[in-house]
Formats: sequence, C-alpha cells, structure tokens
Amino acid sequence: MSKIANAFKNGTAFIGFLTAGDPTTEKTVEYILAMEEAGCDLIEIGIPFSDPMAEGIVIQDANVRALKHNTTTDDVFDIVREVRKKTDVPLVFLTYINPVFFYGYEKFFKKCNELGVDGIISPDLPFEEKNEIKDIALANDVDVISLIAPTSKQRIQKIASDASGFIYVVSSLGVTGMRSEIKTDLNAILSDIREVSDLPLAVGFGINTPKQAHEIGKIADGVIVGSAIVKIIEEYGENATLTLKEYVSSMKEACR
Amino acid sequence: MNDGRYGEYGGQYISETLMNELLYLEEQYNYYMKDPDFLDELNFLLKEYAGRPSLLYYAKRMTEDLGGAKVYLKREDLNHTGAHKINNVLGQVLLAKKMGKTRVIAETGAGQHGVATATAAALLDMECEVYMGEVDTERQALNVYRMELLGAKVNPVKSGTKTLKDAVNDAFRDWIARVHDTNYVIGSTMGPHPFPMMVRDFQAIISKEARQQILDKENKLPNMVIACVGGGSNAMGAFYNFIDDENVKLVGCEAGGRGVDTPYNAAALTNGKIGIFHGMKSMFNQGDYGQIAPVYSVSAGLDYPGVGPEHAYLKDKGRAEYVPINDEEAVNAFEYLSRMEGIIPAIESAHAVAYAMKVAPQMDTDDVIIVCLSGRGDKDVRSIAKYRGVELNE
Repeated sequence: MSKIANAFKNGTAFIGFLTAGDPTTEKTVEYILAMEEAGCDLIEIGIPFSDPMAEGIVIQDANVRALKHNTTTDDVFDIVREVRKKTDVPLVFLTYINPVFFYGYEKFFKKCNELGVDGIISPDLPFEEKNEIKDIALANDVDVISLIAPTSKQRIQKIASDASGFIYVVSSLGVTGMRSEIKTDLNAILSDIREVSDLPLAVGFGINTPKQAHEIGKIADGVIVGSAIVKIIEEYGENATLTLKEYVSSMKEACR
Repeated sequence: MNDGRYGEYGGQYISETLMNELLYLEEQYNYYMKDPDFLDELNFLLKEYAGRPSLLYYAKRMTEDLGGAKVYLKREDLNHTGAHKINNVLGQVLLAKKMGKTRVIAETGAGQHGVATATAAALLDMECEVYMGEVDTERQALNVYRMELLGAKVNPVKSGTKTLKDAVNDAFRDWIARVHDTNYVIGSTMGPHPFPMMVRDFQAIISKEARQQILDKENKLPNMVIACVGGGSNAMGAFYNFIDDENVKLVGCEAGGRGVDTPYNAAALTNGKIGIFHGMKSMFNQGDYGQIAPVYSVSAGLDYPGVGPEHAYLKDKGRAEYVPINDEEAVNAFEYLSRMEGIIPAIESAHAVAYAMKVAPQMDTDDVIIVCLSGRGDKDVRSIAKYRGVELNE
C-alpha cells in the first residue's frame, strides 16, 4: 500500500507536475518542496525523455532543457532522495517506458521502493502492455497509475478494475497543454468509472485556471496541472519559487 | 503473425487515447482484406494507377562487370511516384476512405512517403497533412513542393533532431487530437500493431511478384535477396514471400553513415539496443539511460533510430542478416548504377546496390541475386552533388 491514498484525504486533491532537471536538479528539489508547502497533495515528477510523444510544446521544451545538461534517471532518483529528507508528500514518476526499460525494471522499482516513490504513470503503457511492469512495481509497493481517455469507452471497465493508486482521467483528446475550454463530458466518464472502481479519480490535461480547477474539483477527486506549472518554471527559471507557491495555493484553494 | 508480436518484439506501446482507434483499425483492416470489392479496387489501383507489376530487370552490364552472381533489380523505382511507398499508401488511404475518414496524415523522411500519401489523398479526395523534419525539408526541398502541388499541407517539424523520428512524434501528436476524422498512414513497418503487419502485407506484393518473375526467368529461386532497411518496409516487402524458402538468403542493408564505429550512423540492428519507442518494442539507437540517439545518414529515408519489429525478429531467428553500408559506399553505388545501367537509384536503394557490388563477385556465376531497387534517385541528385563537392546553380 503506497502513500497515494493520503493525497485524497484533504478534500479534492491538487496534483502538480514538473519536469526533473528543469532548470536544474537543485531547483527541482526546491520547487517540489515549494509546491508541497503551497498545498500540492501529490507531486508528479517527469523523468526527461528525448521524445515525449504525448506532450504539448510546453512540456516538450522542458524535456529539452532538462536533457541539455544531461539530467539522468539517477539524477532524478537523487532529487527524490533530497526531497524525502524533508517531506512525505506522495510522489509519482511520469515517465515514458523506454528509460525505465533501459534502466532495468527490477533495479528501477527497487530504487523507487528504497527512496519512497509511490507510483508510476507511463503514457505509452496502455492496459495491453501493463504486464511489462505490473508485478515488479506492485512487489515494490509502487502503484502503476492507469489512464482513461475520452475515447476509452468499453475499455473503462477492464482498465479501472485493474487500476491501483488513483485513476488518471484524461480530460481531452490530444497532447498535454493548457486549454481555454474542456469540452469532454467528464461527468459521464467519471460516473462510468465509479461504477467499477472505488479509487480516487484525478482529471488532467488542459487545466490551468482556478476557475477550471474549481469546476473539475466539484466532480473529480483530484485536479492535475502540468503545463501551467512548467510554463512558470520556463518563464522564471531559477527564480520561480514565489510564483509557483502563489499559483499552487490559488489552485488548491479553487479545488476545495 | 497477427497478435502484434514478433517474438518479443512489436506490441502496442501507445497512449490510451489511441487504443480504441488502433483496435478499430485492426478490425477494419481484417474485414476489408477479406472483402473482394476492396481487394478488387486496390488491385485495380495498383495495376492501372501505380503501374504494377514492377519489372524484374536483369542488370547485364553490372553482372558482367562484377563477374559473379547474376544481378536482378526489382524496379520499384518505376512505380508511380517513384518508389515502393505507393504500394502501402494506396492500401492504407483506401482503407481510411472505407472507414469513413476524411483526412490522412503521414510522416516523411526523404519525402517519398509524403509524396505517395499526398498522391493517394489527391486521387481519393482526402485532406492530407505531412509532417517532415525541418532538416529534411531543406535537403529534400523539391519533394516539399511536390507534396504541396498535390494539395497536401507540409508541416516542418522543429523539435528534437528535426528529422524522421521527430516527424513521427508530431504525426502521433496530430493523430491523438483528431482520431475521429483522421487516419495516420505510417510509411514503414513500424509503430504500434497493426501498422507493422499492415504495411508488411501491403508491401509483400514486391516479393510475391519477384518470386514468380525469377521463377519465370531463371526457373529457380534466387540465392539472395538484398534490400535497404530504415524502418524496413521495402525490405519486409522484398523478403516476405521468400521467408519460407530457407535457401534464399535475405540481407538488409542499414545506414552505416560515416561508420558504425562513429556516432554518425543509423544502423539500429548493428548498433542499437532493445527498447520501446514509437509504439513498438524493437531495436533502437539509444544513449545511456534510454534516450533515443540522434542518428545520421546521407540518406534522409534511412535516417531513423529504430527498425520495424519483424526485422529485429528475423535477425534474432537468424533468418535474415543485416549489414551496415556507409555513406561513401552508398554514394559510389549510386554513381555506379547510374553509369553502368543508366538507372539512377534512390540513395536509400543505393545501400542495397552497394552490398550487391560487394557480394556478387564472391558468388558463382550460376547464382542469382535480387536487389530491391526501392526508389529512383532524381530527388537525391542535388545532395549527392553536394556530397561530392559539386556546386549546382539553378
């Protein structure tokens, strides 16, 4: 049992994402702690990848920045080690599967367990391929977070009934990135999922304003924000702490 | 093989958003491949529009000059649009049309697949957008204009290495936003299932024809079939109907670039490691920690850091052999075939010609080699001139 359940004990959870190593590994540690302090209930740490196929331009650029100074998977583990000296906030890796495969599943998840990483989200590991990591991850108390998309339809049942930790509900078609409007009938998807699963449901993709967070917070158990946070880091570079804190606390406030 | 696996390779490592669409695509593909009307329509297009069957040409001067095995060229360069790509594209775009889609997208490296897709889209009245790395739009500017003439929109891809793999990334990003009206027409035997199977099946016509043609001409099967391998579609097509003929040696020629002992190559089977990328488990050029490596080849069409999963499988099984051919060897072969046979091959195909030049002299004069001449070289003239330091003014 990972710590992920704790994230949803405090009203609607606010889940923030950043890319590890952007702008530096030291700053990533600082920003994670700042986000936690400002009210993030769970933090997704992106392991940078050369080809983040599911990302929009904002997070693509963050990957490029992180890889420019060779942020490695081991550097990302070092970030977690530092963060864990200060906080127990649930941490989840967002990573494409190749860096994990290359590192070696055994070694990767053992390290997650040692350092206290609670879950993994892999955008290129759908239900059909989940067996790549499922057993090894669970043996190391790492939840494999399942994604459900607006196109999932009849797949919802099998995905949801095999899920653990929380379920990541993708709000819209397309890649990650800020959207002015979310048109998907989220209510319908959320109630379909709730018929087969008691897990917390967190909605992500496109959310960036407190108003959106408030609306989605009313129907979901968690609100996930990535690109808007990464955009702040892009703009403020090494001096983003204050702006991040203000943004996160306004979003957490809006979720309640 | 139809479970999407080739040994441990293949699979469907892709966003959940696309999964239902892939399952639907597979179902529709299986349905239409048994539908006589669809097959009639496709065969009509292949014959009357693309110009199939393509010739199996005996390269007499080349054979005599090399002094060994008889060399035959499977003339995919003579197809409409100048390469084997049209075989697959007619199949996929026709399928998209039957599925009720109104728009197709494609990635392209050298531009041949983009041109072929734009062509089929024009013919079948579909909207078409092509993703092409910015670097490739520069080295293949003529093909960009060609696609635009055909009514397609070309989107230069500015992310990553700005070449073929980045074009694939952006094509997937487009598709994930528009699954409802769009089919992604992948140009090679790569990507998530069912693409590697589908593209192979549409390209298998190369070896289906070649096998019969060589039996007619030589009254025996060839000793060797040679094809170039980027993602691997012309090679898969050229190999497929010979796989059960155990005595036919199958050789794929990868882009050795400036040498496989330098970082400047794209030889995924020679230098790569097993990985998961672009929807498939296969062999990829990758750096420490599994970052996909920037690759290089003089040939834009082979400039891809991976290879289709069935090739990785054929290699592991020992059924096919894969060799790197470096830039210099390929350019020499490009010039050699031009002078010797009056055929200017695509620089991609020249990689296969180069291996034939190496191996034919060591073989018996009774032996027979088929080289898949996957495309014509008009598009490469400018870049080969540049490679040779010749300045062209227009």
